[in-house]
Amino acid sequence: MLHSPEPVISVRDLRMRYGTHEVLEGVEFEIGRGEVICLLGPNGAGKTTTIEILEGFRMRSAGEVQVLGEDPARAGEDWRARTGVVLQSWRDHPRWTPRRLLSQLGGYYAPYSTPEVERPVAVDALLEMVGLDRLADQKIVTLSGGQRRRLDVAIGIVGRPELLFLDEPTAGFDPEARREFHHLVHRLSDLEGTTILLTTHDLDEAEKLADRILILADGTIVAAGSADQLARQVARDAEVRWSRDGESFVHSTADATQFVRDLLNQHGDEVTDLEVRRASLEDIYIDLVHAHERPVAEAIR
Amino acid sequence: MNATRNAIRLGLQRGWTEFVQSVRSPQDQGFYLFTALTVLGYLLIRRNDRVEGTDLLVPSVALPSILGGLIAFGVVIGPAYGLAMEREDGTLLRHKAVPHGLRGYFTGQLTLQSLGIVPQLLVILVPSFLLFDDLMSGGAGGWLTVVWVLVLGTLAMMPLGMIIGALVPNMQKVGTWGMLPILVLTGISGIFYPIQQLWGWVQVVAQIFPTYWIGLGMRSAFLPDSAAALEIGDSWRTPQTALVLTAWAIAGIIVTPLVLRRMARRQSGSQMEAARETAAQWVR
Repeated sequence: MLHSPEPVISVRDLRMRYGTHEVLEGVEFEIGRGEVICLLGPNGAGKTTTIEILEGFRMRSAGEVQVLGEDPARAGEDWRARTGVVLQSWRDHPRWTPRRLLSQLGGYYAPYSTPEVERPVAVDALLEMVGLDRLADQKIVTLSGGQRRRLDVAIGIVGRPELLFLDEPTAGFDPEARREFHHLVHRLSDLEGTTILLTTHDLDEAEKLADRILILADGTIVAAGSADQLARQVARDAEVRWSRDGESFVHSTADATQFVRDLLNQHGDEVTDLEVRRASLEDIYIDLVHAHERPVAEAIR
Repeated sequence: MNATRNAIRLGLQRGWTEFVQSVRSPQDQGFYLFTALTVLGYLLIRRNDRVEGTDLLVPSVALPSILGGLIAFGVVIGPAYGLAMEREDGTLLRHKAVPHGLRGYFTGQLTLQSLGIVPQLLVILVPSFLLFDDLMSGGAGGWLTVVWVLVLGTLAMMPLGMIIGALVPNMQKVGTWGMLPILVLTGISGIFYPIQQLWGWVQVVAQIFPTYWIGLGMRSAFLPDSAAALEIGDSWRTPQTALVLTAWAIAGIIVTPLVLRRMARRQSGSQMEAARETAAQWVR
């Protein structure tokens, strides 16, 4: 992957304490320009806290944070114009229409338009991009959860941000809306070069979208890398399934290739329905999170 | 393009859009209708009564006082609820996420709440002038006074509403921290009965706040000069009215941005979520 020398996000020893409860205990990571990064982790692991600190919406207890070359806790409006934010839940502007709200909020980016990067994105194009063109003039209160979420995403990208934060963007999406959303993320990343940081609970989604996955558990990043790299970090047997003489077999092995070679050498054509199943991202995730879980007594508290 | 000016322009546009939406919404129409019917009903019942010791009709004296009270009450409660609600539903955060968005948002609130006074006054003034005689003794000069008292009174009171809306922990608390004190204040400010009937120290307290002066200013606009005999010191005390309201307005213009900035800085998605959860528990 090509990284420009200056990372878009750089986090060093980030700590966040609420009272005596330490949510983040030294989080470290870097995100390069144009990367799509997925932040995974169990509920309460501090995903939202992390993303809010990066967005400049929350003060951190300690640590060094640089986002687009500035400290988000002190960054000004020019910095704000370069970021886009989609939070977990909005219920605002029920009486407005998508078209009106998009042109109102997009208007704030007009002073930041340059000959190279036109801001804001034209409202009609944007509505079409998120599939709301036919609902453009309906009151927002009448939209479904998924439609509303797509409007949130549209508002997040109306200013053509260099860096986009998405906190559980596809919650409440049906499969088709989800696929369209993935398409949109790819498009933003490929065509516009937008750097994207998103949180999700959907591991399949993380695997599809992310260049790299960060797993946050117990207040630190416990693993980082592409889905493949993560798989290599967790030693886990692959599962080999096959049929012979109408009977089904399953075997777990660390070296699936060798096992299959032996199997075919031994039984040849009798083997049918051969299938090798590597550990899925879900297996890896569960393993990693379990390994780092707090002592049970504390978790129950 | 200047980003600050652009944000203010967008804020004005936003205020206007929300005002039009408000006037069109059955909910807000119902509210205007309710206040109008209550006020007119009261005035109608007492249309032939005269104020003790004068030949002034009760509606002539009561209408300006009530208008003053409604303005003083409305420009506090409107923004208090508006702000508390929009902190909870994400409107404020949405603006925090765009460049210069908060400037636009507060410009919009200011525009919306100021415009909101107009239908409130119209629904009471228009039928009142059709139903009752001798309401406006001051002529053009009287109307001029109405305008400046209205503008200064709004500038004096609205910051209080903004501050309440910024400080309450959630929307349900606006009743306790906003509605209740403002109702008490309206009750002691000579809107419904002469302030002189109250204990001395209450009169002093009432005269510290703008509500009393807005009512007094309104009466000075509508009533003949002879009616000043009903007031403290037998006078409209116009210079004092202007002075007190201006002082509050200046204090508001200085303090409110500080409070709003502090509130906006603390605003985040999880805080919004927490407030909403508290609210949900409260309802249960």
